[in-house]
Amino acid sequence: MTRFLAGRLVRAVFILLVITVSNFFLIHAAPGDPAAVMAGESGDADPQFLEQLRERFGLDKPLYVQLGIYVSHVVRLDLGYSYRQQLPVLDLILERLPATLLLSLSAFAVSLGLGILAGAMAAARQGRLSDTLISLFALIFYATPLFWLALMAVLLFSIELGWLPGFGYETVGAGYAGFARALDIAKHLVLPAMTLGLFFMAVYVRMTRASMLEVSQMDFVKTAKAKGLRPRVIQRRHVLRNALLPVVTLAGLQAGQLVGGAVLIETVFAWPGIGRLMFEALSQRDYNLLLGVFVVSAAMVLLFNLITDVLYRFVDPRIRVAS
Amino acid sequence: MRRLLTIPFALALTVSAALADPVSGGKLDLIVQPEPPSVMIGITTNGPALLVGGNIYESLLRYDENLKPMPSLAKSWETSEDGLTYTFHLQEGVKWHDGKPMTSADVMFSVEDFLMKLQPRHRNLMSHVAKVVAPDDNTVVFTLKEPFEAFIRGFAFYTMPIVPKHIYEGTDYQTNPANEKLIGTGPYKFAEWKRGSYIKLVKNEDYYLPGKPYIDELYYHVIPDGASRAVAYETGQVSVLPGGSVENFDIPRLSKLANTCTTEKGWEYFAPLSWLWLNNRKPPMDNVKFRQAVMFALDREFAKDVLWNGYGKVSTGPISSKVPFYANVGPSYPHDPAKAKALLKEMGYDGKPLKLLPLPYGETWQRWAEAVKQNLADVGIPVEIESTDVAGWNQKTSQWDYDIAFTYLYQNGDPAIGVDRNYKSSQIAKGNPFNNVEGYSNPEVDKLFTEAAVAFPAAKRQELYDKVQAKLREDVPVAWLLELGFPTIYNCNVENPISTASGLPNSLRDAWIKK
Repeated sequence: MTRFLAGRLVRAVFILLVITVSNFFLIHAAPGDPAAVMAGESGDADPQFLEQLRERFGLDKPLYVQLGIYVSHVVRLDLGYSYRQQLPVLDLILERLPATLLLSLSAFAVSLGLGILAGAMAAARQGRLSDTLISLFALIFYATPLFWLALMAVLLFSIELGWLPGFGYETVGAGYAGFARALDIAKHLVLPAMTLGLFFMAVYVRMTRASMLEVSQMDFVKTAKAKGLRPRVIQRRHVLRNALLPVVTLAGLQAGQLVGGAVLIETVFAWPGIGRLMFEALSQRDYNLLLGVFVVSAAMVLLFNLITDVLYRFVDPRIRVAS
Repeated sequence: MRRLLTIPFALALTVSAALADPVSGGKLDLIVQPEPPSVMIGITTNGPALLVGGNIYESLLRYDENLKPMPSLAKSWETSEDGLTYTFHLQEGVKWHDGKPMTSADVMFSVEDFLMKLQPRHRNLMSHVAKVVAPDDNTVVFTLKEPFEAFIRGFAFYTMPIVPKHIYEGTDYQTNPANEKLIGTGPYKFAEWKRGSYIKLVKNEDYYLPGKPYIDELYYHVIPDGASRAVAYETGQVSVLPGGSVENFDIPRLSKLANTCTTEKGWEYFAPLSWLWLNNRKPPMDNVKFRQAVMFALDREFAKDVLWNGYGKVSTGPISSKVPFYANVGPSYPHDPAKAKALLKEMGYDGKPLKLLPLPYGETWQRWAEAVKQNLADVGIPVEIESTDVAGWNQKTSQWDYDIAFTYLYQNGDPAIGVDRNYKSSQIAKGNPFNNVEGYSNPEVDKLFTEAAVAFPAAKRQELYDKVQAKLREDVPVAWLLELGFPTIYNCNVENPISTASGLPNSLRDAWIKK
């Protein structure tokens, strides 16, 4: 186990480095630079102004020198300064991280929990009305674009019914504290987390259902039936557990996107998270900030892949034996 | 002295009180879009930064809707008869937000040091100035090299914000920690910035105008999606949508909501004028007949009525009708496809397809590009739309890599400040998207603009600007589109939200909320 972990960690660091370098070149290949964007917004610029900006950002140096400086900083866990916001990149990311994690973890929990539950229910009642309904809704959520669902949810729950706030992280200027504040944030969380979770929930429903139906044809299930176990026990202990492997794989993938995968939802619901930070940094060519977000999200993907691999060994002891 | 000074203020108060009695208190929720990088407007001068920072910093003057100067940090001023000396008398008892007194030394520091180092616009203005002196704590005297009548309109809150000497002197201005904890003299103080969510300002209790400002707290909400901003207003979570903060197609619906007021005021100083840059260096745009044909081909009334909901005005030429020295002289260009076709035939246009670069500022501009494409196709000019993002647009225009490109620019109160930079041949320089990007070069126009800037008195300037406007309208260096109108949409409980030519960023000290 230790050897397995050590090997994976070394590989992860190498992959992270390759990602960082290739991202660096990709970003610099886009037209324009942060100085041009900032000059563009100011509505007035002379060569002296642009020169000042480029010098301040270190953009006047050759590209390979900039890369060298950047990588040597990242190795020391220093993500640099955001050109535009004049603040350390790490601070900006950490400031946004809690909001993003709250949103994506809630969505993750909701989609995984409800998805497996509904999928298992559908599989157990194969061919009945409840199965058809669950599958139908799963298909609808699977096929509908997220932003449209988000807008419709706002239209219904915020404007028409007035039940839930349509945007933001909390009520600004209300001065809530303690439990009242938590409740306020929870209210704001419902719509974005639900919309973000729906797509993956649909995927889990379909996957759990299909996988359970497949497993229930297997010989050991027949044996269990022959043994006279109750159907409920068979479903839970024999079928579901064996059917979960593909779901865990997928959950690992979803978990990898926890940090950077909610750009659309964060934008529509004005949720102050990392996805938006990344999108804005991209359009403003804030190289350092963008690279910083990339590095952090790549690290998250690698971390969750590792966790998934470890989880496999618990869910399915056969894998432990094979490696 | 203190006592004497309060009398005019008391009078001013009673005059406005005749309309309705302002009441103190309440909070105001506004939109700021997009989130600015900083609101230190001595350094960052983009629109959203001004919207917030204009409450924190002030300049010597403010301007009414006809661009007449009004007192701000200067309570009065005189201009010498030869137009060379400008003397400003500062308000007394003005304090910085940290409690230190504001004096002429701060003005000197801002004008001669801080802004000179950081602001291209300020460097331009100061090129007309021979010297600045401060004979005492409350007086600043500018002496010009030659008369420059536009000078009096160069003291707006964002062209010359006064910054605190005691905080910035001897430091690196760009990285000074005060850029995050802002210290100004304005009616509102910086309180909190939750990045990605909101910026909060609070009332400056020690403001030098007694009783003002009226509102206790300002919240500027950051909502990145246009539809969500509209929702925020509909659900009452924000009560002011500054001009340009929702998509144009939402405006008719929002302005019909109950208890909703709209106004087009507050853009007179900026006077945004839109046009198509026609790259004069390349054929066929190098041919004046082609450029005139483009003007006749464009249906600008349609653009105004449909894409801009009737707000704004069809432009007649290089100077906006809101700016001094505007004149309706020279040829005019109504929508006339037949004339455009005739001109194209006359010049022997070969039907070569051209690239059109829209502004990357949202749906309205994309649709406008479609409309222009169709207008041009109707007279036989095939056009391909080439979309890009903000950085790409800046890159392409400032490197002259385009055929036809949309843009709009502020005119900043005077043709000598915001207009001639787009037409003088001395302003042709790569790397800047706000100068003579089209590459138009005409010695006659150069001469007229140069003379008009420094002619004295105003009547002489008018004569020269008449000539240059007529000449430009004949030559069509760019295809002028609209004087843009950006309506402010707000809840009618907000009283007097706009009282200057620079609108919301410069007016909230006089605004109040009905109980």
